[in-house]
Amino acid sequence: MIGEVLQIAWEGVSRNKLRSLLTMLGVIIGVAAVIIMVAVSAGTEATIADRIETLGTNLLFVSQAFSAAGPGARQPGGSSNDLTYDDALAIRSSVKNITGVLVERNSTLAVKAGNVSSDGVTVVGTTIDYPEIRGLTVAQGRFLTQKDLDNTAKVAVLGYSLAQDLFGEENPVGQKITVGTVKLYVMGVMEEKGVVANTDYDARMYVPISLMFEKFTPAMFARFAGNMVNTITVQVENQEVMDGVITQIEILLAKRHDATMEDLPFTVRTQQEIIDTQAATTESFRSLLAWVAAVSLVVGGIGIMNIMLVSVTERTREIGIRQATGATPGDIRWQFLTEALMLSLTGGLLGVVGGVGGSWLFNQLGSMRTVLVPNSILLAFGSAAAVGIFFGFYPANKAAQLDPIEALRHE
Amino acid sequence: MTADAVTDTPETIIEVNEMTKVYKMGDVQVVALDGISLHIRAGEFVAIMGPSGSGKSTLMNILGCLDRPTKGSYCLAGQDISRMNRSQLAHIRGKKIGFIFQSYNLLPQATALQNVLLPMVYRRNGRISQKERQTLARSTLAAVGLTDREKHRPKEMSGGQQQRMAIARALINDPALILADEPTGNLDSRSGKEIMEILHSLHERGRTIVMITHDAENAGHAQRVIHLRDGRVAQESVQSTAIPVEG
Repeated sequence: MIGEVLQIAWEGVSRNKLRSLLTMLGVIIGVAAVIIMVAVSAGTEATIADRIETLGTNLLFVSQAFSAAGPGARQPGGSSNDLTYDDALAIRSSVKNITGVLVERNSTLAVKAGNVSSDGVTVVGTTIDYPEIRGLTVAQGRFLTQKDLDNTAKVAVLGYSLAQDLFGEENPVGQKITVGTVKLYVMGVMEEKGVVANTDYDARMYVPISLMFEKFTPAMFARFAGNMVNTITVQVENQEVMDGVITQIEILLAKRHDATMEDLPFTVRTQQEIIDTQAATTESFRSLLAWVAAVSLVVGGIGIMNIMLVSVTERTREIGIRQATGATPGDIRWQFLTEALMLSLTGGLLGVVGGVGGSWLFNQLGSMRTVLVPNSILLAFGSAAAVGIFFGFYPANKAAQLDPIEALRHE
Repeated sequence: MTADAVTDTPETIIEVNEMTKVYKMGDVQVVALDGISLHIRAGEFVAIMGPSGSGKSTLMNILGCLDRPTKGSYCLAGQDISRMNRSQLAHIRGKKIGFIFQSYNLLPQATALQNVLLPMVYRRNGRISQKERQTLARSTLAAVGLTDREKHRPKEMSGGQQQRMAIARALINDPALILADEPTGNLDSRSGKEIMEILHSLHERGRTIVMITHDAENAGHAQRVIHLRDGRVAQESVQSTAIPVEG
């Protein structure tokens, strides 16, 4: 009996192949959309988590707080709400239980060595604790020193592949390079690190942040920005002293910027807090996307109901013939419900194929990182089935309630 | 005649007592059947005649378990169907009744074999294997002269062939009653004769047949002719020997 019901339903679906395909399209798109959207947001989440984790361990991040006045608003009395390199230096010299302080400002510039040149190199202006906090080691020569920073020395440390691009087999240490219009001496080359969370550590170079402020910040921008930094990263000895360090930093900054602890224009957050905030953001983003996709599933379901109603009307005579030869209302109901289910499940299956394939394609194209979430596949496919039953029931019931005499007379 | 041999064992197939059917159309009540009583025994070939509006279609629908009487009782092969629900009626139709319609009522997209197998799909008891069914359907098609046509669809066949396919479908479940509603109404006279010939031979082999017709010649094949008028039996004539079919 089940075999026959399936066969009859299949005949019904395959009789109008184009129509069935178009009907399924709503469900296909809905299911694929749910899977792809969840995969994209899961991918974004994973990228953010990776990035934050590869920043180092036991870190605190000091950054500008968002306030009604906006970042950089000048307070009365001339003191500034801007976070500066001087704040970083103050933290480094007076806060206890910390192992390093890092600030960075990046710029993209053309680099030349002899007659070899490379465009669009990321030049990172930073401080001496950078390798320690980011887990990098120097392969040749040395990294930046405090003296380099204090003297705004014209020195640079190259990433592994950048050094190879510029100097080939030659030893770069002690050589001269031209960055933008400024001549720098190469002091060292970093160990190979590779690409971590979309950042190619081997293709960049490092200069003292003081040099970055002085030479590589556009003049008109420098007037406003000065030695302003976005974030000061502080590495703490261990988890236990984290809270104490936060308090020390807050007191120090409050004093330096003439602010009270209550309306401090800065926030000091731990790595975990940032991960949690990001997770919460992507979580709500993901559920929003899932809802949008779910709406398209419902629209697909309405499409199925619509076409099933048309089908019941078109096949009234057939229903009458089946009733005359012994089909009960239950048999007829099952037949049409099976047909609706077949449409929605086939659509669901094609949607899963499309969704998984689409996610894979996004990954391959490199434009977006996607992570397939198995639950989203189950959810999408299950919703497709539920949509089939829900929207198939009314037409199936309508078919089952047909009067055999009327149905047989139907033209 | 074998028909005589069968009527020697007079088991009642149809027993209709004081049956009334009233249709409500808005405020108007239309009395289609007005206290009709009928007794048809196994193996009988009965023709029902009457002008349009006489209630013969309504009677046919009720005898075919497609509808229920408003009042009175109808027993088919010993089962009172007048109080049955829609599902139970469907079971009775599938098991005990074979329909032959004026317009054949075949599934247009199904092959001859699939059409003939249709009543088997909905059979609840005594189900047989797919293979046995196919064998049975093939032999039934052969019996109505449609050997080698099992893969053909109704469109690819003549009216006479389609009606023979419908007869094969009516026979497949070995029903207690064959109900034919103007079986030759859509056919030319030659095909019509062929169909009557088949019905005649079915009757000879002991089938119980009730046929609605307004064709006096067709009615001549029946043993008994019931004339309806205004929802009542107006006249009943018994023909001791049915006219043999020509050719």
